[in-house]
Amino acid sequence: MTLPFLAALHFPPIDELVNWKALALKGTPLAINKTVLLTWLGVFLTIGLYWLAGRRAKASEDLVPRGSQNVVEATVEFIRNDVILQTIGPAGLGWTAFLVTMFFFIFFLNIFECIPVIQFPVTARMAVPAFLAIVVWFIFNTIGIKNQGFRGYMRSVLKPPGVPKSLLILVVPIEFLSTLLVRPFTLAVRLFANMLAGHLLLVTFAVLCAALFTKSVMAVILPLPFAMLVLFWAFEAFIALLQAFIFTILTAVYIGGAMEPQH
Amino acid sequence: MELLAQADPTKGLSAVGAGIGYGAAAIGPGIGIGIVVGQAITAMARQPEAAGMVRTTMFLGIAFTEALALIGFVVFILLKFT
Repeated sequence: MTLPFLAALHFPPIDELVNWKALALKGTPLAINKTVLLTWLGVFLTIGLYWLAGRRAKASEDLVPRGSQNVVEATVEFIRNDVILQTIGPAGLGWTAFLVTMFFFIFFLNIFECIPVIQFPVTARMAVPAFLAIVVWFIFNTIGIKNQGFRGYMRSVLKPPGVPKSLLILVVPIEFLSTLLVRPFTLAVRLFANMLAGHLLLVTFAVLCAALFTKSVMAVILPLPFAMLVLFWAFEAFIALLQAFIFTILTAVYIGGAMEPQH
Repeated sequence: MELLAQADPTKGLSAVGAGIGYGAAAIGPGIGIGIVVGQAITAMARQPEAAGMVRTTMFLGIAFTEALALIGFVVFILLKFT
Protein backbone atom coordinates (compact mmCIF):
# COMPACT_ATOMS: atom_id res chain seq x y z
CA MET A 1 0.00 0.00 0.00
CA THR A 2 2.66 2.48 1.04
CA LEU A 3 5.11 1.90 -1.80
CA PRO A 4 2.79 2.55 -4.79
CA PHE A 5 1.45 5.50 -2.85
CA LEU A 6 4.92 6.98 -2.43
CA ALA A 7 5.93 6.25 -6.01
CA ALA A 8 2.84 7.95 -7.49
CA LEU A 9 1.81 4.70 -9.17
CA HIS A 10 -1.86 5.26 -8.43
CA PHE A 11 -3.86 8.41 -9.00
CA PRO A 12 -4.68 10.08 -5.67
CA PRO A 13 -8.25 11.24 -4.98
CA ILE A 14 -8.98 14.88 -5.69
CA ASP A 15 -9.16 15.97 -2.05
CA GLU A 16 -5.49 15.05 -1.74
CA LEU A 17 -4.78 17.94 -4.09
CA VAL A 18 -4.17 20.14 -1.06
CA ASN A 19 -3.64 17.58 1.70
CA TRP A 20 -1.71 14.30 1.52
CA LYS A 21 -2.56 11.62 4.02
CA ALA A 22 -0.02 11.07 6.77
CA LEU A 23 2.26 8.03 6.75
CA ALA A 24 3.62 8.13 10.30
CA LEU A 25 2.83 9.89 13.59
CA LYS A 26 -0.78 10.28 12.45
CA GLY A 27 -2.93 12.84 14.22
CA THR A 28 -0.05 14.74 15.79
CA PRO A 29 1.28 18.09 14.55
CA LEU A 30 4.49 16.27 13.61
CA ALA A 31 2.76 13.91 11.15
CA ILE A 32 5.01 12.79 8.31
CA ASN A 33 3.68 12.56 4.76
CA LYS A 34 5.15 12.52 1.28
CA THR A 35 5.71 16.29 1.28
CA VAL A 36 7.81 16.12 4.44
CA LEU A 37 9.92 13.24 3.10
CA LEU A 38 10.55 15.10 -0.16
CA THR A 39 11.48 18.30 1.69
CA TRP A 40 14.08 16.32 3.65
CA LEU A 41 15.34 14.88 0.35
CA GLY A 42 15.67 18.43 -1.02
CA VAL A 43 17.64 19.51 2.05
CA PHE A 44 19.97 16.52 1.79
CA LEU A 45 20.47 17.05 -1.96
CA THR A 46 21.40 20.71 -1.43
CA ILE A 47 23.81 19.95 1.42
CA GLY A 48 25.23 16.92 -0.40
CA LEU A 49 25.89 18.80 -3.63
CA TYR A 50 27.85 21.51 -1.82
CA TRP A 51 29.70 19.06 0.39
CA LEU A 52 30.73 17.04 -2.68
CA ALA A 53 31.73 20.09 -4.70
CA GLY A 54 33.64 21.63 -1.81
CA ARG A 55 35.53 18.39 -1.14
CA ARG A 56 36.36 18.05 -4.82
CA ALA A 57 37.54 21.67 -5.03
CA LYS A 58 39.89 21.10 -2.09
CA ALA A 59 41.21 17.79 -3.36
CA SER A 60 41.64 18.57 -7.04
CA GLU A 61 45.14 19.33 -8.23
CA ASP A 62 44.27 20.42 -11.76
CA LEU A 63 42.78 23.85 -12.37
CA VAL A 64 39.91 22.68 -14.59
CA PRO A 65 36.81 21.90 -12.46
CA ARG A 66 34.87 18.72 -13.17
CA GLY A 67 31.47 17.28 -12.34
CA SER A 68 29.57 18.68 -9.38
CA GLN A 69 32.20 21.37 -8.80
CA ASN A 70 31.44 22.68 -12.30
CA VAL A 71 27.71 22.96 -11.59
CA VAL A 72 28.22 24.72 -8.27
CA GLU A 73 30.85 27.13 -9.58
CA ALA A 74 28.71 28.10 -12.58
CA THR A 75 25.71 28.76 -10.32
CA VAL A 76 27.68 30.78 -7.77
CA GLU A 77 29.12 32.87 -10.57
CA PHE A 78 25.68 33.36 -12.13
CA ILE A 79 24.09 34.43 -8.83
CA ARG A 80 26.99 36.78 -8.08
CA ASN A 81 27.25 38.46 -11.50
CA ASP A 82 23.69 38.40 -12.83
CA VAL A 83 21.64 38.62 -9.64
CA ILE A 84 23.52 40.35 -6.83
CA LEU A 85 25.68 42.80 -8.77
CA GLN A 86 22.70 43.79 -10.93
CA THR A 87 20.20 44.34 -8.12
CA ILE A 88 22.07 45.05 -4.85
CA GLY A 89 25.54 46.04 -5.98
CA PRO A 90 28.92 45.15 -4.45
CA ALA A 91 27.55 45.78 -0.92
CA GLY A 92 25.37 42.67 -1.23
CA LEU A 93 28.12 40.15 -2.00
CA GLY A 94 27.86 38.80 1.56
CA TRP A 95 24.45 37.41 0.64
CA THR A 96 25.85 35.14 -2.09
CA ALA A 97 25.83 32.02 0.11
CA PHE A 98 22.25 32.56 1.26
CA LEU A 99 20.90 33.26 -2.23
CA VAL A 100 22.76 30.36 -3.87
CA THR A 101 21.50 27.95 -1.20
CA MET A 102 17.95 29.21 -1.58
CA PHE A 103 18.15 28.94 -5.37
CA PHE A 104 19.27 25.32 -5.22
CA PHE A 105 16.80 24.38 -2.48
CA ILE A 106 13.81 25.81 -4.38
CA PHE A 107 15.08 24.32 -7.65
CA PHE A 108 15.36 20.83 -6.14
CA LEU A 109 11.88 21.09 -4.59
CA ASN A 110 10.47 22.27 -7.94
CA ILE A 111 12.22 19.76 -10.19
CA PHE A 112 10.69 16.80 -8.27
CA GLU A 113 7.66 17.60 -10.44
CA CYS A 114 9.42 16.30 -13.54
CA ILE A 115 11.26 13.32 -12.06
CA PRO A 116 9.54 9.97 -12.69
CA VAL A 117 8.25 8.04 -9.65
CA ILE A 118 8.27 11.23 -7.55
CA GLN A 119 6.28 13.54 -9.82
CA PHE A 120 5.23 15.97 -7.18
CA PRO A 121 6.54 19.52 -6.66
CA VAL A 122 6.91 20.11 -2.91
CA THR A 123 6.45 23.85 -3.48
CA ALA A 124 2.86 23.12 -4.58
CA ARG A 125 2.05 22.90 -0.85
CA MET A 126 1.45 26.41 0.46
CA ALA A 127 3.42 25.77 3.69
CA VAL A 128 6.80 25.57 1.93
CA PRO A 129 6.68 28.80 -0.14
CA ALA A 130 4.94 30.59 2.74
CA PHE A 131 7.76 29.67 5.11
CA LEU A 132 10.41 30.79 2.60
CA ALA A 133 8.55 34.08 2.04
CA ILE A 134 8.32 34.72 5.81
CA VAL A 135 12.07 34.12 6.13
CA VAL A 136 12.69 36.64 3.33
CA TRP A 137 10.27 39.12 4.97
CA PHE A 138 12.15 38.95 8.29
CA ILE A 139 15.51 39.29 6.55
CA PHE A 140 14.73 42.37 4.49
CA ASN A 141 12.94 44.14 7.33
CA THR A 142 15.82 43.39 9.74
CA ILE A 143 18.34 44.71 7.23
CA GLY A 144 16.28 47.86 6.69
CA ILE A 145 15.95 48.57 10.43
CA LYS A 146 19.64 47.77 11.06
CA ASN A 147 20.96 49.92 8.21
CA GLN A 148 18.62 52.92 8.43
CA GLY A 149 17.21 52.77 11.96
CA PHE A 150 13.54 52.09 12.64
CA ARG A 151 12.38 55.66 11.92
CA GLY A 152 14.53 56.02 8.84
CA TYR A 153 13.42 52.66 7.44
CA MET A 154 9.75 53.43 8.04
CA ARG A 155 10.21 56.82 6.39
CA SER A 156 11.88 55.30 3.32
CA VAL A 157 9.23 52.58 3.09
CA LEU A 158 6.14 54.70 3.68
CA LYS A 159 7.12 58.01 2.07
CA PRO A 160 8.46 57.75 -1.47
CA PRO A 161 10.50 60.87 -2.28
CA GLY A 162 8.87 63.54 -4.42
CA VAL A 163 5.28 62.90 -3.35
CA PRO A 164 3.26 66.10 -2.65
CA LYS A 165 2.10 66.52 0.97
CA SER A 166 -1.60 66.43 0.09
CA LEU A 167 -1.25 62.96 -1.44
CA LEU A 168 0.53 61.46 1.57
CA ILE A 169 -2.75 60.43 3.20
CA LEU A 170 -3.36 58.20 0.18
CA VAL A 171 0.21 57.07 -0.49
CA VAL A 172 1.24 56.02 3.04
CA PRO A 173 -1.41 53.28 3.51
CA ILE A 174 -0.82 51.99 -0.02
CA GLU A 175 2.94 51.78 0.49
CA PHE A 176 2.49 50.17 3.90
CA LEU A 177 0.22 47.48 2.45
CA SER A 178 2.30 46.85 -0.66
CA THR A 179 5.66 46.60 1.11
CA LEU A 180 4.86 44.88 4.37
CA LEU A 181 1.84 42.71 3.51
CA VAL A 182 1.46 42.18 -0.24
CA ARG A 183 5.19 41.53 -0.85
CA PRO A 184 5.54 38.30 1.14
CA PHE A 185 2.05 37.19 0.08
CA THR A 186 2.74 37.51 -3.66
CA LEU A 187 6.23 36.05 -3.23
CA ALA A 188 4.72 32.90 -1.72
CA VAL A 189 1.65 32.72 -3.96
CA ARG A 190 3.71 33.17 -7.14
CA LEU A 191 5.84 30.11 -6.43
CA PHE A 192 2.93 28.06 -5.05
CA ALA A 193 0.44 28.80 -7.86
CA ASN A 194 2.98 28.33 -10.65
CA MET A 195 3.98 24.90 -9.40
CA LEU A 196 0.41 23.82 -8.60
CA ALA A 197 -0.82 24.96 -12.02
CA GLY A 198 2.02 23.13 -13.76
CA HIS A 199 1.36 20.01 -11.70
CA LEU A 200 -2.36 20.09 -12.61
CA LEU A 201 -1.48 20.57 -16.28
CA LEU A 202 0.72 17.47 -16.27
CA VAL A 203 -1.90 15.52 -14.29
CA THR A 204 -4.62 16.47 -16.81
CA PHE A 205 -2.69 15.19 -19.80
CA ALA A 206 -1.44 12.09 -17.96
CA VAL A 207 -5.00 11.16 -16.92
CA LEU A 208 -6.21 11.74 -20.49
CA CYS A 209 -3.47 9.47 -21.84
CA ALA A 210 -4.31 6.78 -19.28
CA ALA A 211 -8.02 6.99 -20.16
CA LEU A 212 -7.26 6.59 -23.88
CA PHE A 213 -4.89 3.66 -23.35
CA THR A 214 -7.54 1.07 -24.31
CA LYS A 215 -8.36 -1.28 -27.16
CA SER A 216 -11.24 0.88 -28.39
CA VAL A 217 -11.09 2.94 -31.55
CA MET A 218 -10.54 6.10 -29.51
CA ALA A 219 -6.94 4.99 -28.95
CA VAL A 220 -5.92 6.37 -32.36
CA ILE A 221 -5.84 9.93 -30.94
CA LEU A 222 -3.62 8.81 -28.05
CA PRO A 223 -0.40 10.18 -29.66
CA LEU A 224 -1.77 13.75 -29.53
CA PRO A 225 -2.18 14.11 -25.75
CA PHE A 226 0.99 12.07 -25.25
CA ALA A 227 2.97 14.50 -27.41
CA MET A 228 1.48 17.39 -25.41
CA LEU A 229 2.42 15.61 -22.17
CA VAL A 230 6.05 15.27 -23.26
CA LEU A 231 6.17 18.90 -24.44
CA PHE A 232 4.68 20.23 -21.19
CA TRP A 233 7.06 18.00 -19.26
CA ALA A 234 10.03 19.81 -20.80
CA PHE A 235 8.26 23.14 -20.34
CA GLU A 236 7.65 22.45 -16.65
CA ALA A 237 11.33 21.61 -16.13
CA PHE A 238 12.11 25.05 -17.55
CA ILE A 239 9.44 26.65 -15.30
CA ALA A 240 10.99 24.94 -12.25
CA LEU A 241 14.33 26.60 -13.03
CA LEU A 242 12.69 29.94 -13.87
CA GLN A 243 10.63 30.10 -10.66
CA ALA A 244 13.69 29.34 -8.52
CA PHE A 245 15.51 32.14 -10.35
CA ILE A 246 12.60 34.59 -9.93
CA PHE A 247 12.27 33.86 -6.20
CA THR A 248 16.02 34.42 -5.78
CA ILE A 249 16.16 37.64 -7.78
CA LEU A 250 13.09 39.07 -6.00
CA THR A 251 14.73 38.31 -2.65
CA ALA A 252 17.83 40.14 -3.88
CA VAL A 253 15.69 43.10 -5.03
CA TYR A 254 13.95 43.32 -1.64
CA ILE A 255 17.24 43.09 0.27
CA GLY A 256 18.79 45.73 -1.99
CA GLY A 257 15.79 48.01 -1.53
CA ALA A 258 16.03 47.77 2.26
CA MET A 259 19.79 48.43 2.39
CA GLU A 260 19.76 51.96 1.02
CA PRO A 261 17.17 54.70 1.53
CA GLN A 262 15.18 55.41 -1.63
CA HIS A 263 16.20 58.50 -3.53
CA MET B 1 -37.35 17.94 -12.35
CA GLU B 2 -37.18 16.42 -8.90
CA LEU B 3 -33.46 15.90 -9.35
CA LEU B 4 -33.01 19.56 -10.20
CA ALA B 5 -34.95 20.61 -7.15
CA GLN B 6 -32.84 18.42 -4.88
CA ALA B 7 -29.51 19.69 -6.19
CA ASP B 8 -27.85 22.48 -4.26
CA PRO B 9 -28.02 25.47 -6.63
CA THR B 10 -25.24 27.43 -4.91
CA LYS B 11 -22.71 24.68 -5.69
CA GLY B 12 -23.16 25.05 -9.43
CA LEU B 13 -23.16 28.85 -9.18
CA SER B 14 -19.84 28.85 -7.31
CA ALA B 15 -18.32 26.71 -10.07
CA VAL B 16 -19.59 29.15 -12.72
CA GLY B 17 -18.29 32.06 -10.67
CA ALA B 18 -14.91 30.40 -10.28
CA GLY B 19 -14.63 29.91 -14.04
CA ILE B 20 -15.70 33.45 -14.92
CA GLY B 21 -13.52 34.89 -12.16
CA TYR B 22 -10.39 33.15 -13.34
CA GLY B 23 -11.10 34.15 -16.94
CA ALA B 24 -11.51 37.79 -15.92
CA ALA B 25 -8.37 37.68 -13.77
CA ALA B 26 -6.35 36.43 -16.73
CA ILE B 27 -7.28 39.30 -19.11
CA GLY B 28 -5.20 42.07 -17.58
CA PRO B 29 -2.02 40.07 -16.89
CA GLY B 30 -2.27 38.57 -20.39
CA ILE B 31 -2.20 42.01 -21.98
CA GLY B 32 0.46 43.16 -19.52
CA ILE B 33 2.85 40.26 -20.15
CA GLY B 34 2.38 40.78 -23.88
CA ILE B 35 3.44 44.40 -23.54
CA VAL B 36 6.42 43.55 -21.29
CA VAL B 37 7.80 40.83 -23.57
CA GLY B 38 7.10 42.81 -26.76
CA GLN B 39 8.97 45.86 -25.49
CA ALA B 40 11.81 43.64 -24.25
CA ILE B 41 12.15 42.09 -27.72
CA THR B 42 12.21 45.57 -29.28
CA ALA B 43 14.92 46.63 -26.85
CA MET B 44 16.98 43.49 -27.52
CA ALA B 45 16.68 43.94 -31.29
CA ARG B 46 17.80 47.56 -31.06
CA GLN B 47 20.66 46.92 -28.67
CA PRO B 48 21.76 43.28 -28.74
CA GLU B 49 24.69 44.01 -26.41
CA ALA B 50 22.22 44.91 -23.62
CA ALA B 51 20.28 41.65 -24.07
CA GLY B 52 21.40 40.10 -20.76
CA MET B 53 20.28 43.05 -18.66
CA VAL B 54 17.01 43.37 -20.58
CA ARG B 55 16.27 39.68 -20.09
CA THR B 56 16.78 39.86 -16.32
CA THR B 57 14.54 42.91 -16.06
CA MET B 58 11.97 41.27 -18.34
CA PHE B 59 11.68 38.25 -16.03
CA LEU B 60 11.24 40.60 -13.08
CA GLY B 61 8.48 42.45 -14.92
CA ILE B 62 6.76 39.20 -15.87
CA ALA B 63 6.95 38.02 -12.26
CA PHE B 64 5.25 41.16 -10.98
CA THR B 65 2.60 41.11 -13.73
CA GLU B 66 1.64 37.46 -13.54
CA ALA B 67 1.08 37.60 -9.77
CA LEU B 68 -2.45 38.91 -10.38
CA ALA B 69 -3.34 36.03 -12.70
CA LEU B 70 -1.94 33.56 -10.18
CA ILE B 71 -4.00 35.04 -7.35
CA GLY B 72 -7.02 34.55 -9.64
CA PHE B 73 -5.97 30.93 -10.11
CA VAL B 74 -5.71 30.41 -6.35
CA VAL B 75 -9.20 31.88 -5.86
CA PHE B 76 -10.44 29.51 -8.57
CA ILE B 77 -8.95 26.52 -6.77
CA LEU B 78 -10.39 27.68 -3.44
CA LEU B 79 -13.89 28.15 -4.89
CA LYS B 80 -13.79 24.90 -6.82
CA PHE B 81 -12.40 22.47 -4.26
CA THR B 82 -13.46 23.76 -0.85
